[in-house]
Amino acid sequence: MSIKEIQEEIIDEFSMFDDWMQRYEYMIELGKSLPLIDEQYKTEENIIKGCQSKVWVHAELNDDKLVFTADSDAIITKGIIAILIRTFSNQKPSDIIAADTDYIDQIGLKEHLSPTRANGLVSMIKQLKMYAIAYQTQLN
Amino acid sequence: MINTILDIHTIRKDFPILNRKVNGEALVYLDNAATSQTPKMVIDTIVDYYTRYNSNIHRGVHQLSQEATEMYEEARLKIQKHFNASQSHEIIFTPGTTYGINLVANGFTTLLNKGDEIIVSALEHHSNIVPWQMLCERTGAVLKVIPMDLEGQLVMDEYHKLLNPKTKLVFCNHVSNALGTINPIEEIITAAHKVGAAVLIDGAQAAPHIKADVQQLDVDFYVVSGHKMCGPTGVGVLYGKEEWLRKLPPYQGGGEMIAEVTFEKTTYADLPHKFEAGTPNISGGIAFGAALDYMNTIGFNAIAQYEDELLKYATEQLLTIEDLKIYGTSTDKTAVVSFNIEGIHPYDIGSILDKLGVAVRTGHHCAQPIMDFYKIPGTVRASFSFYNTKEEIDILVAGVKRAKAMLI
Repeated sequence: MSIKEIQEEIIDEFSMFDDWMQRYEYMIELGKSLPLIDEQYKTEENIIKGCQSKVWVHAELNDDKLVFTADSDAIITKGIIAILIRTFSNQKPSDIIAADTDYIDQIGLKEHLSPTRANGLVSMIKQLKMYAIAYQTQLN
Repeated sequence: MINTILDIHTIRKDFPILNRKVNGEALVYLDNAATSQTPKMVIDTIVDYYTRYNSNIHRGVHQLSQEATEMYEEARLKIQKHFNASQSHEIIFTPGTTYGINLVANGFTTLLNKGDEIIVSALEHHSNIVPWQMLCERTGAVLKVIPMDLEGQLVMDEYHKLLNPKTKLVFCNHVSNALGTINPIEEIITAAHKVGAAVLIDGAQAAPHIKADVQQLDVDFYVVSGHKMCGPTGVGVLYGKEEWLRKLPPYQGGGEMIAEVTFEKTTYADLPHKFEAGTPNISGGIAFGAALDYMNTIGFNAIAQYEDELLKYATEQLLTIEDLKIYGTSTDKTAVVSFNIEGIHPYDIGSILDKLGVAVRTGHHCAQPIMDFYKIPGTVRASFSFYNTKEEIDILVAGVKRAKAMLI
């Protein structure tokens, strides 16, 4: 599936929720259930320090696609990471570079991507794009 | 029912923002240690300034400038009186506490020698650590730290051991922003003076709750921010003893701070203008004065007594939640409760409380050394003001319980 298709699918899933409680419960579920990164990649090098929560990101190329794994010490942050990974992992670097994150606004989680939250997510998205640019250069 | 002489219901009507809704819920504002809310009479003061007499001060021959200057200087007198400074030129208007600290740190660059010692406390905000580290880098002075204990109190025996003739400066907050501990500043000041060291007290967190008397404390410098005491953002005050303010060089160059300028030499203006370069935050200064009028009308004794009741009630109620731990358990505290629930990240609790309309602070509170001491990523911090109510604490506690149920 393309990034756009996955985003549409996620928007569709979230449209089933009536209120923030259900959205948050779903995200907390995602945050609790997924092992998102191999322990060996939870290094100081891979860490993005926010004032609020920490985020770890690791990237590697699998053929012509970029695979991301990531984690956070806060569950809600981790839930959003799960959504971001589902969208952007296993995609071509050029597609990742071109994609946007407007769908996060549409599923009612906009506040968590605000730079003022300082939870590491804004930097994480920048990091995903940086990896995509770096690997794109390598592929060329 | 909380015992107080204050009519909280009437007081709340003075604060228009308390009527607003957040995420569809009534706002419960418990982030007062970050910034306090603004009463209508302070907002009106700012509107009045821009509506009737907005003009630049200290230099105009015209009526508006004269009115603005009088109001601004009247605010300085109110602040002088509030903190009981002996002279009005010992009150320096600043953009806030951080600026005041930097002004003093910068000034001491010329007064310190290599090997001199500066003492800071382990309970400091980053703004009271970094300027001293920078000062040490510039001068070759050495930074020493008063350690803290598990209750979040300074280990005073260790402080006394750190003092010696090489100690030139001691910096400590009056109240810790992260934990609410009230530090024994009288003891800190007296002991520092015995070895000839100057003392700067950061009063940002204390000033909304405790009326400091700078002469009685015999403190050399005391810094506060207006926005934590019902005033606007962007204005604060540095109190300095006249002898110290005369010793320190100006911090910034510009208009207002000069007496005479030629290309060969500039003569600096006298106190307080020497430290007030450029056009100041005029409306902010005047509004700060109005905020002090407002708080003094309510009365600091009544405020302290009521906030203490809020603190006791909040502590008691929060501790009914299993696995909840409070950081900072000194018996001498302002109305701040910093806490975590075992196994839950503070950010997650804060995010859910926000959805319920409850504003708290989460994170390391710009005091990473304290978080490192407790080996935690941060805390949830609820901080109370005299306009908060018992009912709001009930909403907080119910919200924390709900967050816990969702997150565990």
